[in-house]
Amino acid sequence: MKATPTAAGTAAPETDDAGDGSTVLSTDAVDVFYGDKQAIRAVTLEIPTHEVIAFIGPSGCGKSTLLRCFNRMNDLIPAARVGGRVLYHGSDLYGPEVDPVEVRRRIGMVFQKPNPFPKSIYDNVAFGPRINGFRGPLDDLVERSLVQAALWDEVKDRLQESALSLSGGQQQRLCIARALAVEPEVLLMDEPASALDPIATQKIEDLIYELKEHFTVVIVTHNMQQAARVSDRTAFLYMGELIEYGDTEKIFTNPGEERTEAYITGRFG
Amino acid sequence: MKAQLHFREQLEMLKSRLVEMAAQTEEAVRMAVEAFLERDEARAQQVIDSDPEIDRIEMEIDERVIQLLALQQPLASDLRFITMAMKISNDLERMGDHAVNIAKEVLRLLQHPRIGPLPEIEEMVSVATKMLSDGLDAFIRRDAELAREVVLRDDRVDDLHANVFRILLTQMMENPRNIGPCTETLLVSRNLERIADLTTNVAEDVVYMVEARVIKHGAEKLAQ
Repeated sequence: MKATPTAAGTAAPETDDAGDGSTVLSTDAVDVFYGDKQAIRAVTLEIPTHEVIAFIGPSGCGKSTLLRCFNRMNDLIPAARVGGRVLYHGSDLYGPEVDPVEVRRRIGMVFQKPNPFPKSIYDNVAFGPRINGFRGPLDDLVERSLVQAALWDEVKDRLQESALSLSGGQQQRLCIARALAVEPEVLLMDEPASALDPIATQKIEDLIYELKEHFTVVIVTHNMQQAARVSDRTAFLYMGELIEYGDTEKIFTNPGEERTEAYITGRFG
Repeated sequence: MKAQLHFREQLEMLKSRLVEMAAQTEEAVRMAVEAFLERDEARAQQVIDSDPEIDRIEMEIDERVIQLLALQQPLASDLRFITMAMKISNDLERMGDHAVNIAKEVLRLLQHPRIGPLPEIEEMVSVATKMLSDGLDAFIRRDAELAREVVLRDDRVDDLHANVFRILLTQMMENPRNIGPCTETLLVSRNLERIADLTTNVAEDVVYMVEARVIKHGAEKLAQ
């Protein structure tokens, strides 16, 4: 990863660069409850750096809930309770000294529906750095983020136009650029292409492939083929349990668990 | 493979492995017929020694194809290329085996005195090896026209094989001492004829890959 100015003043532990097999995030027997209902049951897994990890499984299996554990988005849901441990470079993400806002800067998120702010394209990307007190050359950071999100060429002549004038696919890439502008280490994506047409989907998938050079990407998708195309590793969840987690190639050609095979071949139930 | 290569990169890789396999197979067939024509023991042995590499690439191609089908859901021309790559590599592997068979016949022929000249088998060598190199060119250049033309040449090889069979049978009847070398020579001819058949399959697959038209088993004529 190229040297980049730090957006926030908070002291951060030095993180690993190239995909050297080190672990950026891990869960240790994580449970998530919504009130009395248990949504995640004792999930233990590791997310290696600079890889794309896909979570697949039927609706309600807990894949989005598990994804939200990684940047403490479940904190925002009343009655949600997280048990077990979620570790970021080995430190407890839910420790009392940890600032959830700083967590979400380092572990960014992109949602199903593009949700740009009703501001200019430029201001959308500059938003995060500005509130984090970024003091470097902002234009450069905006350009770099838009380039990384594969949107620069399409918007470079209209940065002051409203973000809402962009197409759905462009808006989603703008949201990715906005997430990248605060220089996160991990990008969480919750169904990032499910509201997009096939061409825009293809662009997002190509982008995910490019992004892993600099970031670790965890993606939730109900589209199994998408998981197969973009990810290095796939986790299959069912009824809140992690059924199988392994190399995508293995999961999709010779899964170890019967339930995984039944799900990916459409013979579930 | 650790990191997931991009789909296009994976396709290019598959193609380059198949081109590599085609080049090695063509070389094996060429060396086998040279060994036969020149009674060259060392060259025959070289053909036998080089075959495991062709087998290895075939297995690698199978694995790449399965991975592409499972992970990338290829469509249209990509789907045709990937499925035909698997069939073509299977045919190339068989051709490699026939080259080895010819090389083994050569080693056995060296135990016998040379039989009389057989221009028919020399012509067969030249037609079949040209078919192979043109068939593989058609694949590499995606040239359906050349592939169709290659298919037509198979009849000539079949006719020559029938002639060789008749001539060798006559020689065996004339003199039982000829039975050994004539049988080995007949087997060389038979293996060449099979190589031409497999080349025909490859050429038919090239037409399908490029035009999405099935021409084998007279399918085009049947459709008319």
